[in-house]
Amino acid sequence: MTPRPRSWRDLVRAADAWVQERVDLSGIREVIRHKVVPVHRHTLWYYFGGMTLFLFGIQVCTGILLLLYYRPSAEEAYESVQFIMTEVQFGWLIRSIHSWSANLMIATLMIHLFSVYFLQAYRKPRELTWVSGMFLFGLALTFGFSGYLLPWNELAYFATKVGTDVAGQVPLVGPLLTRVLRGGEDVTGATLSRFYGIHVAILPAFTTAILGVHLFLVQQQGMSVPPAIERSGRPVPSMPFVPNFLLRDLVGWLSALAVLGGLAAYFPWELGVKADPFAPAPAGIRPEWYFMYMFQTLKYLPAKIGPVDGEMVGVMGFGLGGLFLLLVPFLDRRSARGEKSPLFFWIGVGIVTYMVVLSALGYLAPGGK
Amino acid sequence: MRRVRLAVSALAALLLLAGGAAAQKLPEGNSCIECHRALGDPRVTPPAEKFAQDVHLAKGILCQNCHGGDPANSDMQGAMNPRKGFIGKPKHQAIPQLCGKCHSDAAYMKRFNPTIRVDQVQEYYTSVHGKLLRQGDQKVATCISCHSVHNIRAIKDQQAWTYPVKVVDTCGRCHGDAAYMKGYKVSTDVVEKYKRSVHYEALTKKGDLSAPTCNVCHGNHGATPPGVNSVANVCGTCHSLTEEMFNKSPHKKAFAAMDLPACVTCHSNHEVRKTSDDLVGTGEKALCVNCHDPKSAGYQKAGAIRASLDELGGALQRAAAILTQAEKAGMEVSQAKFELRGAADNLLKARAEVHLFDPAPVRKLAEEGVQIANKMYAKGEQALADLRFRHRGLWISVGIILVAILGLVLKIREIDRRQA
Repeated sequence: MTPRPRSWRDLVRAADAWVQERVDLSGIREVIRHKVVPVHRHTLWYYFGGMTLFLFGIQVCTGILLLLYYRPSAEEAYESVQFIMTEVQFGWLIRSIHSWSANLMIATLMIHLFSVYFLQAYRKPRELTWVSGMFLFGLALTFGFSGYLLPWNELAYFATKVGTDVAGQVPLVGPLLTRVLRGGEDVTGATLSRFYGIHVAILPAFTTAILGVHLFLVQQQGMSVPPAIERSGRPVPSMPFVPNFLLRDLVGWLSALAVLGGLAAYFPWELGVKADPFAPAPAGIRPEWYFMYMFQTLKYLPAKIGPVDGEMVGVMGFGLGGLFLLLVPFLDRRSARGEKSPLFFWIGVGIVTYMVVLSALGYLAPGGK
Repeated sequence: MRRVRLAVSALAALLLLAGGAAAQKLPEGNSCIECHRALGDPRVTPPAEKFAQDVHLAKGILCQNCHGGDPANSDMQGAMNPRKGFIGKPKHQAIPQLCGKCHSDAAYMKRFNPTIRVDQVQEYYTSVHGKLLRQGDQKVATCISCHSVHNIRAIKDQQAWTYPVKVVDTCGRCHGDAAYMKGYKVSTDVVEKYKRSVHYEALTKKGDLSAPTCNVCHGNHGATPPGVNSVANVCGTCHSLTEEMFNKSPHKKAFAAMDLPACVTCHSNHEVRKTSDDLVGTGEKALCVNCHDPKSAGYQKAGAIRASLDELGGALQRAAAILTQAEKAGMEVSQAKFELRGAADNLLKARAEVHLFDPAPVRKLAEEGVQIANKMYAKGEQALADLRFRHRGLWISVGIILVAILGLVLKIREIDRRQA
């Protein structure tokens, strides 16, 4: 006869033994036991990857809850979000957290991306981790773009119109891309249905797969130590991932949760006015903040640059910029050899400065508001 | 410096080109135009120059069609030969008939516009202007007084004297000139009064070209002041619902008995100002007290009507204020704001129903409106209560999270100490 468990610890041990008898988890236990995180003056940046993952988890949970009430059609989308905000118990909280968390997630993702860039963590052997991370960044932006339209409000409608027009400037395939994105010649209910499909099915499927690869690679290769610290030759101390780093992660996640709660309670995400395709475009159409630098750049470009459309030059420029970031581990040969790489450092500074200045101009320049 | 001069010259040339864009090319080989332009005489040259902007030129109607003569003849005597029908400058009294030669000819006018009116001259002689002209008055308006001469523009042309926003100044050239109008029994302050009216504001500031100007109430070719009995009909062409209510009201008979014009008695004629609820009731600004003394039933009714309007107005204002407050705090109240429009509609209807001068229908609309407004006020209150609940909930959650964070920090310290 099995002795009766005396405390909750005994209960956990008994459950653990029960599982162990059926599934061999010793490999995973070993990985967790031996996983360590280097401790140095840049350790803080390691937390942003986990924070992004936590916010993504919030997106998944709140997104599933919103799905229960959201109706993806031009006739009902706005009203269903309005219903969520006013009639559904805690619907306002779920929707506001979903919107705020999306923005915080892009922010932490950008911090994560550029901290990896400046710490040259993309260098050999982590090229594939960087490439998968860049794909995740692209997916996150697409999540943002497709989700922005779903409430079917005036601002989102016209911003999507502008955004899909810009996609039309991609050389050769632009017009086809615009038609495919819109599901026709113009932004209509058909666009809404496909943005919904992209947002809740296609993007989550791709994200799950690529995120799996990304996390697997991080696990396999461990955390990268910045080359400057490696070059110093001193031994780098470390801390166990479980529980030391994970508990610290938890502190950050709980803080993020409190911030999200505060934002949702004091600055609930606005719904705006229902989109009217026949109304003239309102003043102050602008995209989400993370597209603002692109939007502002396109505003400054002249209609024609030589024989080519100004917008097309801008779109090609951003395409090349994205391609450069994607291929940076293969272009930066010096950091692959563990050497200093000032050129890529300054290129990174240039990119960040450009994004910050142009975004600020988007909000502050006359006519930008 | 040279560059600046060049730029200024280019700009001036561009402006000149732009300014002249509306003008047409004057015909070549037309001796009337060529001689009159060449003479450079301020008495005879301007008509030829101005003609480039005339709508008749665009239709191929030239000098000889009104003045007669032979423009193909380059000799002045030959061109202006009375045997060739030359009449020179037509007499003031002959102008309506001269224009009517074409404009009253349906068959001829259909060549240019199949829907154009051809009864203007006939109508003109029913007007005060036409009647006086027949009596030999040389000062009254004829066609050219309002449509201009030699640079006559189509009525849809924004520069035409007859374009709606310009009509008041066209009429005002005579009717606003006290010296010119001396001897006629009409006041010359009408132009200034009209320009202070809500109609002029709608026409010029809101760009509502359907807003009435002089000719809409007085007629254009048949311009005549509406009489006491027909004023309501004139206003009723636009304010039909109000007219209908007034006709059902006890005021209809009472005004007629006292020989008071319907709408004008309360709203004035040329200087129709924006109305407000203050005009109704028994207050200082109320118009009702001008006739109704405090002991009369009319006085009591006026007070009751005003009380209903005030009650609905107040409820509407209260509900709108609380919903705006909730909206500014980030609460979603757009549905409530939409439903509140029902109460605003009722207020609008109640204000129109004032013209029945019966408190009952106004009261009914006000009660319905107040009910809607109170319901929306409750929704606003609920939204603010929800907001307070959210804030309380947030601080309780933050408190729990802080306690959890504190526990985690203590645990981390304990682990770090143990491992050290």
